[in-house]
Amino acid sequence: MSSTAIEIQSKRGVWGGGNEPLKASYGKLMMWFFLLSDIFTFTAFLITYGAIRVSYPAYSGEVADFVSSNEHWPIPEMIFDAVPFVHGGHFPLVFVGLMTFILIMSSVTMVLAVEAGHRNDKNDVVKWMLWTLLGGMTFLGCQAWEWTHFIHGTDEGVVMTYVNSLNNVVSETVYGANLLVNEYGPAPFAQLFFFITGFHGFHVTIGVFLLFLAFYQAAVGVYENRGHYEMVEKIGLYWHFVDLVWVFVFTFFYLI
Amino acid sequence: MEHVNKNGMEVIPRDPAKIKKIWLTALILLVITSVEFVLAFTMERGFLLYFIFIVLTVVKAKYIMMEFMHLGEEAKPLFYSIIVPLIFLVWLIIALMKEGVEIFGVRW
Repeated sequence: MSSTAIEIQSKRGVWGGGNEPLKASYGKLMMWFFLLSDIFTFTAFLITYGAIRVSYPAYSGEVADFVSSNEHWPIPEMIFDAVPFVHGGHFPLVFVGLMTFILIMSSVTMVLAVEAGHRNDKNDVVKWMLWTLLGGMTFLGCQAWEWTHFIHGTDEGVVMTYVNSLNNVVSETVYGANLLVNEYGPAPFAQLFFFITGFHGFHVTIGVFLLFLAFYQAAVGVYENRGHYEMVEKIGLYWHFVDLVWVFVFTFFYLI
Repeated sequence: MEHVNKNGMEVIPRDPAKIKKIWLTALILLVITSVEFVLAFTMERGFLLYFIFIVLTVVKAKYIMMEFMHLGEEAKPLFYSIIVPLIFLVWLIIALMKEGVEIFGVRW
């Protein structure tokens, strides 16, 4: 009887079920498709930034003479030039460069944790997860500082003429940024800053929770009992994606 | 060094070649980022600079997806089911940039 059953199964061929055409577990597959959908969300944000940016006049003139106005789009290196502990200094893109370095390094330690997971090496997984977690939290702290500085602005402020919330045209000194007006450029500049870096920061926040979960479960031996470290791999995919998005945000928001 | 944990899983020793490759990728990413950083201050702002930035960014994205996320090692159908849908983005870029230029023409 059993031989008949085997024969029927072999006749089914590739359509008979039980095949794994993508050769990946359900969890990994779903993580990849989630990331694909997230790629679309983030690129939609960044392309919107491009579309709104080209709909405003670009600043024409020497970079050193740059002055903020809501009549032209700001030059990022003249806006993002502050670093912690140095009040009123001009260090263009230094802080955001540091943030990029931190996030890339935490991505490296993550891939080392995944590699250790493939070797079932619990000690190495725990060590590298801890470094990754540290990198993630440092990045979040940096972003919190960056936002605080962006919202509070410079000591001098900039005189802007704009339509206020009561629908009156006013001309007054603006400090920092909110969703209505900002001292750096047209209102959409700050709106897009909040939405794009905010949405990325939200992903980092979730990532830090997941990293902690992986670190904790690896440390107490959950994955050892389970027999594999696939969860570290899946969380790793998500964390690399966060880094991938930041690479694009860095280029389109801070460099161009 | 070789030992077995309490679940009977064998702990495989480190492969220095693999780990070296990870650090090499990290170095490439950091060098590209440094080049971008230097170019931002030394080159004149304009189409050429933006083009270089975008090319370098795509190179970095390729390294992250292939070396860190191991997309290249996945089965071909999975690889293409992630990469091919990105073609849709090409049209979104063309359409929205055109839209932005038109709004500029109307407004200013």
